[in-house]
Amino acid sequence: MIAPSATLELGESGEPQLLEVSLGPQHPSTHGVFRMDVSLDGETVVKLKPVFGYLHRNHEKIAEKCSYLGSIPYTDRLDYICSLTNNWAYAMTVEKLAGLGVPERAEYIRVILSELTRLINHSALAGFLLQDMGALGTPLMYAFREREKILDLFESLTGARMMCNYMRFGGCRCDLPPGWIEQTKNLVANFPKFLDEFESLLTGNEILRARTEGVGVLTPQLAVNAGVTGPMLRATGVNYDIRKVDQYGVYGRFKFRVPLGERGDVFDRYMIRILEMRESLKILEQALRDIPAGPIIDPKAKLRNLRPKAGEAYGRIEGPKGELGFYLISDGGPNPYRYRIRPPSLINLTILEDMCLGRTIADAVVILGSVDIVLGEVDR
Amino acid sequence: MEALEQLKARVEAAVPGAQAEIVPNGSPANQPSLSLDCGHARTVAEFLRDDPDLRFDYASNVTGVDWPEKTIKEKIKVKKLVSGVEKEVEEVCERKTPAYLEAVYHLYSMARKHGPLILRLRTENRSDKVTLPSLTPVWRSCEFQEREIFDLYGIIFEGHTDLRRILMWPEFTDHPMRKDYVEPDDYEYEPTPHDDVLTRARQHYPGGTPA
Amino acid sequence: MNGAGIIKGMIETARNFVGSYHDKARLTTVQYPEEKLPPVENARTIPFLVFDGDEAMAGLRCTACQICEKECPPQCIYIIKDPVKKPDYVGKMQIQPKVFDIDISVCMSCGICVEVCPFDAIKMDQVFELSTKDRFGALLLDKTQLAKPNDYFVKLHKTEASEIDVRRDDEKRKAEAAAAAKAAAPKPPAAPGGAK
Repeated sequence: MIAPSATLELGESGEPQLLEVSLGPQHPSTHGVFRMDVSLDGETVVKLKPVFGYLHRNHEKIAEKCSYLGSIPYTDRLDYICSLTNNWAYAMTVEKLAGLGVPERAEYIRVILSELTRLINHSALAGFLLQDMGALGTPLMYAFREREKILDLFESLTGARMMCNYMRFGGCRCDLPPGWIEQTKNLVANFPKFLDEFESLLTGNEILRARTEGVGVLTPQLAVNAGVTGPMLRATGVNYDIRKVDQYGVYGRFKFRVPLGERGDVFDRYMIRILEMRESLKILEQALRDIPAGPIIDPKAKLRNLRPKAGEAYGRIEGPKGELGFYLISDGGPNPYRYRIRPPSLINLTILEDMCLGRTIADAVVILGSVDIVLGEVDR
Repeated sequence: MEALEQLKARVEAAVPGAQAEIVPNGSPANQPSLSLDCGHARTVAEFLRDDPDLRFDYASNVTGVDWPEKTIKEKIKVKKLVSGVEKEVEEVCERKTPAYLEAVYHLYSMARKHGPLILRLRTENRSDKVTLPSLTPVWRSCEFQEREIFDLYGIIFEGHTDLRRILMWPEFTDHPMRKDYVEPDDYEYEPTPHDDVLTRARQHYPGGTPA
Repeated sequence: MNGAGIIKGMIETARNFVGSYHDKARLTTVQYPEEKLPPVENARTIPFLVFDGDEAMAGLRCTACQICEKECPPQCIYIIKDPVKKPDYVGKMQIQPKVFDIDISVCMSCGICVEVCPFDAIKMDQVFELSTKDRFGALLLDKTQLAKPNDYFVKLHKTEASEIDVRRDDEKRKAEAAAAAKAAAPKPPAAPGGAK
């Protein structure tokens, strides 16, 4: 904790004079159009209010006009870095609502794509976190080099690099092209080499350590009460990973560990993400080895004119950023009555102020980078 | 997690005066919810969070839903006098469902790893009596989500620490997610090809409507 | 030693720098637009209409059923049916579209129109160099600009196109055989009086 400056300039009315800075929506380090109204005393943060809504497209209202199928491309654009996990969360909720089953091959494909998405998200995050700290571009480009290989895999399977639009209700859209599994196995075999290179580049680096250790500490009680999920929660030491708790899909069949942190600071969050990438590689190896042959979509599933019975359902997955949930209310018609997205980035921002109080403004930027927000999800 | 009926009984035993009702769920998802009255909602929430068996310490999702007034036509059998003889006649009778706004809370437990428990709080009507007790002092995760419901639906949460608009700009006056929201068309916009397409398409049919 | 971590990192960077001159795995970029990456089979950018044969408008597979128009999420397809019918690949008279416009500034390349089309008439193209100087008119493609021949479709998606061609040839042969059988069959004898 850095103490506020000993000599405080007093304004005319005797109150300390604070400098109000708006870390405005156009800023290279705010991960999108995000604004923080910061009140500074010298360099110490006294008050911090996050302001967003610059990317608000009211997706929830658009979905009330589209059919269930037509909302799937819009879910890609929520958390635009990890589009396949968004698709899976939505497809899972509609399957719960309509009572559809998913064949085994489709479940394995979903797990493989979801873990690949986790890899690309965490490598992008590690790169951007370091860029915020001032390592302009080099670690980012290393991470993006690996990310490109995975995006090429997505393009050959789904047709698009980022807006994949691949999951359907009851399974997947199309089957794996020939040779895709071998390419993925190759990539999974070569990925640990990149992780080792990345760690030797960064983890021992004194600048990184000095800027991240002890910065932005979050206690487990506050994290649980504030609804923080994902790597940020596990960095504080709370063992809650929805893949292990709910065991949705076929995650119950894979053996993997859940890395937990000790202190809850920025360095722990960064290391947790590197360790989670290694665990994802383990899951990928097991899934690629065991994937069965078979159909990829439930024969009862209809593409057009899906009308689930009136009712509601809440489905959630462990997305790379936290718990991504969808809450759907159906009134029996072809469009949903209420379509709600539970965005992990928005909820994780609740305690941004608590983590930044008393630290310098430079730390506030690093802490924001470690929360891992994507504005498409915060604003929807 | 125990069944919803037992939970309801425990809640009613622990918080005297609380009225909880089970709202069934028609879909195969099997997630019925518990509707609470506004007076005791915060005490019930604290009980759910602190009780050692339940420990619902994680409010995962807070949603607003708009239920406008609906007229349902039903056929009921009524005994009526028809030309001197009492007979059972089917009559079509109209019933109006009440209009209200609703906040739905999804609760999970990180300590006991169970859930979800779904709570519903209803306002009295959609126009003037739209206040609900805020559960932010119980679970901090409701803070931004209740602000969003205030912004998009207009429900006022009493006891919220900082209730102001979150996604729309502060001078905005309407509530966009309500079912009767009319989008404004007085903003500056550029002509899009859509207009061009419609005029060109209409040229094929000089009479007016397409065949 | 203080600073050991930074020096270790610099060694990695130097290894990558020197390696990019002789190791293919370390040089991951191409000099666009002089060199272009090879196209991927399944890539999707904007839709196009398929026509069989040489004449675009006569061979269009689209029957203006308007399913793609309804299912398109951003509603960027505009179809108006033509009251004049034309013969299709089997010989039956079918409805054709008079106006089929796609606004590619709105299109989000989701491919749902392709999935729901029951006639294999609309498919996803792979062109991405689409920028024009005219923002409004040039980004609204009409029927003639969207129609591309079946050979082009075969070049893009070999496996899928060959399956569709095999199926359509089968149906064409069956229809021709049925028509020939009907013409060659003897006329049925006139029914005696009192036929219902």
